[in-house]
Amino acid sequence: MSEILLSVEHLRKAYSTPKGVTEVIHNLDFQLAPGEFACIVGPSGAGKTTLLRSIAGLLPPSSGQIRFEDRVITQPPADMAVVFQEYGRSLFPWMTVGRNVAQPLIEKGVPKAERERLVADALEAVGLSANANSYPWQLSGGMQQRVAIARAVAYEPRLLLMDEPFAAVDAQTRADLEDLVRELWKRLGVTVLFVTHDIESSIYLSQRVLVLSDRPTEVLADIPIELPEQRSQLETRMLPEFGEYRARIYELVQQAKRGARTGSLPTVR
Amino acid sequence: MIRALKSLAYLIVLPALLLAAWWIASTLNPSFFFPPLPDILAEFPVTWDFARISAHVFPSLGRLAIAYFAAVVIGVLLGILLGLSRIARGLTEAILEFMRATPPTAMVPVIMLFLGIGDTMRVVVIIVGCVWPILLNTIEGVRGIDEVLSDTARTYRYRKTGRLFHLVLPGASPQIFTGARQALAIAIIMMVISEMFAASNGIGFQIVQFQHQYSIPEMWSGVILLGVLGFALSRIFILVERRALAWYQGFKANTDLGG
Amino acid sequence: MTATLDASRAAAGGVPTAPRPRRGATPFRMPAWALSTIGVVAVLALLEILPRVGVTNAKYLPPTSEIAAALFIHLQNAAFWIALGQTLTTWFTGIAISVIAALVFGSIIGSSGFLRAATSSTVEFLRPIPSVALIPVAVLMYGTTMASTLLLVVYAAFWQMFVQVVQGMRDVDPVARDTTRVYRFRIRSVAGRLVFPTVLPYAVTGFRLAASIAIILTITGELIIGTPGVGNLLAVAQTSGAVPSMYALVFVAGALGVLVNLVARLVERGLLFWHPSIRKEAS
Repeated sequence: MSEILLSVEHLRKAYSTPKGVTEVIHNLDFQLAPGEFACIVGPSGAGKTTLLRSIAGLLPPSSGQIRFEDRVITQPPADMAVVFQEYGRSLFPWMTVGRNVAQPLIEKGVPKAERERLVADALEAVGLSANANSYPWQLSGGMQQRVAIARAVAYEPRLLLMDEPFAAVDAQTRADLEDLVRELWKRLGVTVLFVTHDIESSIYLSQRVLVLSDRPTEVLADIPIELPEQRSQLETRMLPEFGEYRARIYELVQQAKRGARTGSLPTVR
Repeated sequence: MIRALKSLAYLIVLPALLLAAWWIASTLNPSFFFPPLPDILAEFPVTWDFARISAHVFPSLGRLAIAYFAAVVIGVLLGILLGLSRIARGLTEAILEFMRATPPTAMVPVIMLFLGIGDTMRVVVIIVGCVWPILLNTIEGVRGIDEVLSDTARTYRYRKTGRLFHLVLPGASPQIFTGARQALAIAIIMMVISEMFAASNGIGFQIVQFQHQYSIPEMWSGVILLGVLGFALSRIFILVERRALAWYQGFKANTDLGG
Repeated sequence: MTATLDASRAAAGGVPTAPRPRRGATPFRMPAWALSTIGVVAVLALLEILPRVGVTNAKYLPPTSEIAAALFIHLQNAAFWIALGQTLTTWFTGIAISVIAALVFGSIIGSSGFLRAATSSTVEFLRPIPSVALIPVAVLMYGTTMASTLLLVVYAAFWQMFVQVVQGMRDVDPVARDTTRVYRFRIRSVAGRLVFPTVLPYAVTGFRLAASIAIILTITGELIIGTPGVGNLLAVAQTSGAVPSMYALVFVAGALGVLVNLVARLVERGLLFWHPSIRKEAS
């Protein structure tokens, strides 16, 4: 089995507009090993969403390539699931919660018995077993996002992409959802790539934080997070190491906003 | 209990008053063109006995049903195709908008050129008249499907049929129903017109016959019948729509859609 | 909670948070107007060629050039312009009557919950009645005069406008109305400052719907009843078998329809330039 699950190679993404060419992503390289949990942070408008959508296969690269499981991505590949920020808009309002979670499996051709088991397990894992017959719009925002997560989990992907999934929920719900994602990650052994603008979340959640520069985006810094595996919202965030990471990454993001590029950082690390 | 009675009262009082007024006015002051309401109502079962109903009402409704459902199928299929293809839409948009704005009645003589005066002509007239709102609303509905939903279907690799039946059709259905509702009203109009213009049977034909023969109470009974039919069909439509779009009522109520 | 409420509302499906990048920049996207023009030209060319080549019967579908020629002849004919004027007069009179009646009745009925409830069943019954059902009645009473067609036009257009005005009146914010009562606004101020701006968008939508249905029924009345106008010219062309002329007049009817829609949209934009959103048609 390959040691590299996802490989982004010299990715460049540009758009032609009437005013000229806008380069969103310039020359982005990084790799993910199986089972990793990596976060991507960066200044707003840095193209984090564009990057995620390119990896998801929704946007073709202008140049460079993205390899997943050793195959070049040209369209959304199998074994990959995406959780979008706009949870309310990513759940099908004409289907019940249970059906929403089941539909990708139906499309995949999973036999009924196994499908029902996967759906039940996924809903239980996110704590929504009681809501299988509700409609998404009957649920709160946090619960809707949990449905989206359950749907991704039931799909049994190897790579889970999450695009600022908790940006639009309140702080308490966000804390619960963060812990949920970490727990699912540990239990299922799935690789997670998590985009966020919340620096503290990125440190709390992951083993590795990639800091992006501003447009045209590249990887500014790649920081391994060495914190204990067992994390708790209260204790972990109070560790001195946590504070150091926070300061460092915050400074990097500020430099990114001021236009720092990969080669030009004063003293990194 | 009181609430139910109140609702009932609201439902009946004004119509009862109006009917009473019509009754009194037409009885006290009968004119040739406005015979007493009791006469009209008395004529009703006599005029519209089973023989006449099967000779005229059934064929009318039959043509209406065939034509309406054909228009729905054509309108939705074409609408989906055009909704999904920017190029096809661009090419046909101007023409479609023009056809939609054309009074459908004006097309009747043209259609008669091709199809004479048979049943086919009448069915085609209805279809040609009422397909436009369905078609254009379907296009709008397909285009208005939320991008995030569409991206979700792509990332989960929905197959073509899956996308059609679980994304496009349900997503566009509220708008499709809007078009279908407008189309129903037009279909009834075209049904009546095609029968008044050149026909050998049908409700419209029968009413015109009565008018030609100066059988005024019978004519009025036909007009009332058409009114009742129009009302009944629109009620049935509302029931069907409510069933099919049950999820949409809830969704709209719980989501700020911002217009 | 309120600060995040907006964000969660946005996420739940309202205003998009950030513009989503399109699926890859294609090198050249033909603008919509170019596509439309190509489409129209293609259809006209097709309609020119097919009858000449014999694919369709030239008696039923004359080539575009013949239709254009017939149209041109009409345009040079005084009778055509008179008929056009008659159609527009009928349409305008019908609209005027419907709009005024609907504004009057609509505001009265719409302003009171009781009246709305009491009239609801009647309105819901009368509204779906196809106005063409009244054709024989109209013919008996008014023959082939303008009044005949007006009966049809007014009946249909009135309901479109009326329903919208009532909805607009319903929409008047009861809290705002109570505020005007507390501060003892004069009736004139309440009408002018509260009711009018709320109802206006609905009234304008109603006007647009009424205007379209009015032109449809005007042509219908002229065609079937025989009231003078473009529709009547079409009937005459049909009985005399002048096929290119028929098509030319159908085109004119369509152009009238388009024109009416355009005028209505311009009126809408002119009166509602201040309004944050254009309301969707209710029913």
